[in-house]
Amino acid sequence: MTKVTMTVNGKSVSAETEGRTLLSAYLRDGLRLTGTHVGCDTSQCGACVVHVDGKPVKSCTVFAQDVAGADVRTIEGMANADGSLGVIQQAFQDHHGLQCGFCTPGMVMSAAALLAENPKPSEHEVRHYLDGNICRCTGYHNIVKAVMAASGQDVSALAAE
Amino acid sequence: MHNFDFVKPATIADAVKALGADGAQPLSGGQTLIPTMKQRLAAPTVLVSLTGIGEMKGVCMGDGGLHIGAATSHAVVAQEAASSYPALAALAGGIGDPAVRNKGTIGGSLANNDPAACYPSAVLASGATVVTNKRKIAADDYFQGMFSTALAEGEIITSVIFPIPQKAAYVKFNQPASRFALTAVFVAKYAGGVRVAVTGASAGGVFRWAEAEAALSSNFSASAIAGLSADASDMIGDLHGTQAYRANLVKVLTGRAVTAAG
Repeated sequence: MTKVTMTVNGKSVSAETEGRTLLSAYLRDGLRLTGTHVGCDTSQCGACVVHVDGKPVKSCTVFAQDVAGADVRTIEGMANADGSLGVIQQAFQDHHGLQCGFCTPGMVMSAAALLAENPKPSEHEVRHYLDGNICRCTGYHNIVKAVMAASGQDVSALAAE
Repeated sequence: MHNFDFVKPATIADAVKALGADGAQPLSGGQTLIPTMKQRLAAPTVLVSLTGIGEMKGVCMGDGGLHIGAATSHAVVAQEAASSYPALAALAGGIGDPAVRNKGTIGGSLANNDPAACYPSAVLASGATVVTNKRKIAADDYFQGMFSTALAEGEIITSVIFPIPQKAAYVKFNQPASRFALTAVFVAKYAGGVRVAVTGASAGGVFRWAEAEAALSSNFSASAIAGLSADASDMIGDLHGTQAYRANLVKVLTGRAVTAAG
């Protein structure tokens, strides 16, 4: 076992790992940060997306030891300091961007990465960026709407489909 | 997944040394290798991460064209090659999805040589040079069939050098579930002639379409290949598309790539 230390949501944390320990397992089992969901475990669904040094990655397809020392942000780091929902999270609630909620952590992390790169994305750009995040409930429309709303754009013209 | 020892060297020399261990295997972005290990189709006893090696990262112009470090992610190539080689940058920006592009690397893609991967077509169409810790390999000698390359045991790609074409474009027909190419074509026009490389279509992996190259070298327009047809006998036929369907895609996408290249 090898102790791996990294910064997660602004705090320095450590947990024991094997070579094969995935970042998703390190977060969920090692740190008990179970907000990061493992949907498919085959790199397809994007439920496990977290930020590593500011960039979204699929945490089920990264070894924990490979990102030792990195700055990691997970869904647990997306709320405001007072515990209230962050802007993107609140937009998902306001626009019904989730039903079962399983994919939501990955959706929010991908959306946050998009808005950091592109603060006012078009609907097409939102859909394109969320290409690697699969939702089996919503049909995506309200997710896209939530992300557009979180970017401060008027979404009243985006008709429900 | 079977367990293994993980090492992350900081230099090429240390990586090569670590790869000398019994059962050692290099790991780049891991976007293919990790899923493969989960299925126990690969079970290295030592995994040598190459992404901590600074000398294997980055994009810059140099002797012979655009130099891209083998451990450079698709996302970085998409951004940093945009001004010097836009068609290559566009290819990199269309691989997988954003999260995959932040981890997957050019060197990893080329070492794996998936028959439906994007990068092999750019390397072959550009007549690029694959640089390893031991030698320089011309693109025409590098690809040796599905998942097969000229790399020897323990040899790692350190960079790739792309001559900059006068015109180029990559057109990919997505397999929507996997985001790999169902078929894709990279066309590059150089002073010495046009090169056309096709990925996703052939059981032999990436290949050059010689007849189209000859026709386009004398007339660089989509109409120049109107009378040609790609040989369907060597194409992949599966539930996503028959051999004839892929052969037709080769021609259609080549025409579109020529038009897109202008």
